[in-house]
Amino acid sequence: MIQGQPLVRGQAQGVALVSDEPISFWGGYDHHTGEITDRRHPLSGSISTGRILAVPFTRGSSTTTAVLLEAARAGTAPVAIITTGLDAFFALASIVATEMYGVTIPVVAVSPQHFDGLRTGDSIQITADGQIHVHRS
Amino acid sequence: MRLTGRDRAMLDGAHGAATQMAMSIVVQMAEVYGASELLEITAAHIDSTIYIGEAGLEFAERLAALGARVSVPSTLNVTGVDEHHWQEWPVPAGWARNAQRQMAAYASMGTIPTWTCAPYQTEHRPGLGQQVAWGESNAIAYANSVLGARTERYPDLLDICCAITGRVPAVGLHLTENRAGEVLVNLVGVSGRLQAHDSFYPVFGYLLGKTVQDRIPVVTGIEVQPTDDQLKALCAAAATSGTVALFHLAGITPEAPTLDAAFQGGQPTTQIEFTLDDLQAARQELTTATDDHLDMVVLGCPHLSLEEFRQLVPSIEGRQAHPDVRFLVTSNRGVVDQAKQAGYLDALAAFGGQITVDCCPLTTPMLPPDIKAVMTDSGKHAYYAPGLLNTRTTLGSRAECIQSAIDGRVVRDGSLWET
Repeated sequence: MIQGQPLVRGQAQGVALVSDEPISFWGGYDHHTGEITDRRHPLSGSISTGRILAVPFTRGSSTTTAVLLEAARAGTAPVAIITTGLDAFFALASIVATEMYGVTIPVVAVSPQHFDGLRTGDSIQITADGQIHVHRS
Repeated sequence: MRLTGRDRAMLDGAHGAATQMAMSIVVQMAEVYGASELLEITAAHIDSTIYIGEAGLEFAERLAALGARVSVPSTLNVTGVDEHHWQEWPVPAGWARNAQRQMAAYASMGTIPTWTCAPYQTEHRPGLGQQVAWGESNAIAYANSVLGARTERYPDLLDICCAITGRVPAVGLHLTENRAGEVLVNLVGVSGRLQAHDSFYPVFGYLLGKTVQDRIPVVTGIEVQPTDDQLKALCAAAATSGTVALFHLAGITPEAPTLDAAFQGGQPTTQIEFTLDDLQAARQELTTATDDHLDMVVLGCPHLSLEEFRQLVPSIEGRQAHPDVRFLVTSNRGVVDQAKQAGYLDALAAFGGQITVDCCPLTTPMLPPDIKAVMTDSGKHAYYAPGLLNTRTTLGSRAECIQSAIDGRVVRDGSLWET
């Protein structure tokens, strides 16, 4: 169990999609399909819908927030996001999605060491106080 | 978190529903940031203007319907449509309509309709030490680094909330102690001749951002004073490949008259060298095209300045773009009007070039489906195009882009990049 710092509180569970490469959603996420479309990113081609996305932080465009909001509205967003630090871009989209659509995407920050232990395919449960339970088959 | 009486009044709805919604978001974000208090800003740049879908439009129209008004001078970023020229390109009418609605929503809030990603090249550029809330990654880097103004990386949706309330979380780059350099980057073995060339900064910026990610670099080894437009290219590339919101160029940018000042008396956590080999590799990465086929040239990412329009004229005067290559320059309506009055646009029209105003191919779906091979002089455009536009892209200098448009195929002279 990892104790993370909840940036946006909520419960979620799902299969992890993990990369140690920061990501931009502008030009990097198709909110119609949930596909990660940043062709330079290791997760390029992966569908993030319904999964728990773990990336260290966002890079580049300040439009990442708007794209995640579109995904929340369209139902193609990850169910939760794990980062290694305070990432305002993800958190804000979640806050506005709650305000506008009643959709909350928990965002939890963990230490780089804990982040390094996560693997794509892990079954993850997140609690409202930022606890992350990881099951690996 | 400490809120002032005025903060509380805004949050309680005493200043109206729009301000209450905006303040609620600002306060929640301040908690995310771990801020102990809010800070006053005196200007903003709103990136939320870019239409990308229904949610953003709904957000803008909800605020507008609630009577939102900005409380500080707020410039507007690029749009999702060129209002007057979009029919010249295959932009879906539904997209154009929604993008125009989003523009109208933000324009109704008492904002300054600059419609540009280069607001620092307008009269509204902030000054040294000025606290502002700027969106648009390249502009954030420019405001902090080149102007010494103070902004955090404001995401879409938050920028307008800060502009309405006039408040931001008192964290990050708003505070002096957080603006100290962290990483020392030494440029080594790169000739002054290459540094002075316009093709240097997009590549250098891309490498800088990719390398330092979210740390604050202090760069030494710049031998030639960069022009404003070169700094623009540097900011755009670095803020794209990395999370660069602030960099210092030793002896050049305002917070780095000396290395000691740039590090605020501290020591770098890391020292990195950039050699010509490193830059050559970076330059290669920015080109995804594998042959010399060329469908289109795109210049103006970020928006061309008046000076760049002026410089374009002798390069294209009396010459003609190849009939099979489209030649597009992008800028904002303010600069385009000035360029027109100065007579700079005649040569462009005679060349066969086209202009897109207030936006660009990255923000509006204007590219015909047969445009597959694109050439640009912008590190930012070269980086985003494969994912956003599904094009094969070549990065060249401005002169190479123009020559390629004339020849009808990609021509590049890499000699400047050789040892």
